[in-house]
Amino acid sequence: MELKQLQNTASQVRRDIVRMVHACQSGHPGGSLGCTDLVVALYFHEMTINEEKGADGYLKFSRAGQNEDLFFLSNGHISPLFYSVLAHRGYFAPAELATFRKINSRLQGHPATHEHLPGIRIASGSLGQGLSVAAGAAKAKRLRGDDRNIYVLMGDGEQQEGQVWEAAQFAAHYQLDNLIAIIDWNKQQIDGPTEKVMSNKDLKAKYEAFGWTTITLENGNDMQLTLDALAQAKQLKGQGKPIMILMKSEMGYGVDYMMGTHKWHGAAPNDEQLNTALLQLEETIGDY
Amino acid sequence: MKEYSFTEKKDTRSGFGAGMAELGKSNPKVVALCADLVASLKLDAFIKDNPERFVQCGIAEANMIGVSAGMAIAGYIPYATTFANFGSGRVYDQIRQSVAYSGSNVKICVSHAGLTLGEDGATHQILEDIAMMRAMPGMTVINPCDYNQTKAATIAIAEYEGPVYLRFGRPVVPVFTAPDQKFEIGKAWMVNEGKDVSIFATGHLVWEAIQAGEILAKEGIDAEIINIHTIKPLDEEAILNSVKKTGCAVTAEEHQLNGGLGDAVCQLLSRNHIAPIEMIGVDNSFGESGTPAQLMEKYGLNAQSIVDKVRIAIKRKELISSK
Repeated sequence: MELKQLQNTASQVRRDIVRMVHACQSGHPGGSLGCTDLVVALYFHEMTINEEKGADGYLKFSRAGQNEDLFFLSNGHISPLFYSVLAHRGYFAPAELATFRKINSRLQGHPATHEHLPGIRIASGSLGQGLSVAAGAAKAKRLRGDDRNIYVLMGDGEQQEGQVWEAAQFAAHYQLDNLIAIIDWNKQQIDGPTEKVMSNKDLKAKYEAFGWTTITLENGNDMQLTLDALAQAKQLKGQGKPIMILMKSEMGYGVDYMMGTHKWHGAAPNDEQLNTALLQLEETIGDY
Repeated sequence: MKEYSFTEKKDTRSGFGAGMAELGKSNPKVVALCADLVASLKLDAFIKDNPERFVQCGIAEANMIGVSAGMAIAGYIPYATTFANFGSGRVYDQIRQSVAYSGSNVKICVSHAGLTLGEDGATHQILEDIAMMRAMPGMTVINPCDYNQTKAATIAIAEYEGPVYLRFGRPVVPVFTAPDQKFEIGKAWMVNEGKDVSIFATGHLVWEAIQAGEILAKEGIDAEIINIHTIKPLDEEAILNSVKKTGCAVTAEEHQLNGGLGDAVCQLLSRNHIAPIEMIGVDNSFGESGTPAQLMEKYGLNAQSIVDKVRIAIKRKELISSK
């Protein structure tokens, strides 16, 4: 997909996010908006996925994803973003986004396989587990002789979980250079700035010390820079090191009053705030 | 009382190792993971034959569970192995989210369960794992009784699609079940048919129940003994049919009374068929260092304790019928 189309898609996804969170008056808009460009870039440009469609017109989804690139969302609370991208990519009808977080929905508060929503391969939400799952999937691809890559997105606050570092050690030990991890480095978490809550110190040095190659993406809300970082990451394959993209992003990006604060990490806009937000986000593909 | 004998004693964990060695040959989807306890889990033969299908995870159990889930997504059948203490409570949330809730086909196979781990003491003697795993939706919980049954269970769970918690132990114990038995998940094994009392035992306590049965037979008490190797799903039919016949029950397990086999049987009986029930297990306490035999005696987990509880159960039954 061309740059302009990707940007248009990102704008539509951002509209979906604020509308979904508004409709159920719960959920996590801040991180969702901040990671929109990355996840759109992955699904609409970078990743190779099975393009075959079923009789229902939607993409055929297999959990195993053989010969496909796979994406895992470890910071599962940014589910509105994940769901919107999956819907627009063709896994299910965008109209279903209206059911987000409501009773009997496949779009659970945090991503789940339990309700069989196409596109989801593992439940996430309890933080710190996604990198392990992704590393296991990367190891399995190796064992299978499947050349495709594994992508996994984590939060920067999530780096406080010990399991992340168990997984980081594992991925380096097994030289999983088919594993490309991304940290949403927005420097915010629920209780405030990450630096104040529990400092990550030097994440780049930490991952490099663990045996990873790191790339710093200076602005993860710039589509072109994001595409460049993903292209660079893929080229680093073959060096026997897992790859980490440290993605500087702005929580709440695209909605002025949600930016630069942790206050919209897990809060929903009211009617007036929704209207203000939608005025800032162009409807491109069409609202669900 | 049906006669049971044994010619050798073996540890149930070696039964697991033997099962893995066989799976290594028969099922290319099976992969083994371990958190720095390869020798304790008896994985040497599997690793020797299938080095590429073994994933050493180091002392990082939480990650091992996640990696297992990731490999299961790709279609492998991961056997995640460690001590029971580190494969249950330590990683409860990882099992809950990445395995059970996600419906990942991961087999959590754990050794050194219960008091019979012995000298290492209470830090390693998990006595709450059955309770935790029973409570988890979608989890199958298996606690076989000897080497042969553990081997058969290890092989059988590969054919079952879904998460399993397979629990076994460290000490050598009598091998008294058939060498090439077919293991059926959720189907209790009738060890001895009787009419006076139902003894429901699991794991190492099954052999103790057989010995108790022999002592009771000499007193003229005809005990029915049933091996509940699968604690979840529970063979409700076998348990209810037995208690309807005998009128009272004793449960025996190397686990806390809270949340284990005894609790499961109590729940079943109280809902369906009220009868006096006595329970053998550890009563709200941690273990301690000692030899397995010393510990089982001190905490009342042996044949003599079962005999004592049977007498109480029968007395209660008679009291009720005399009223």
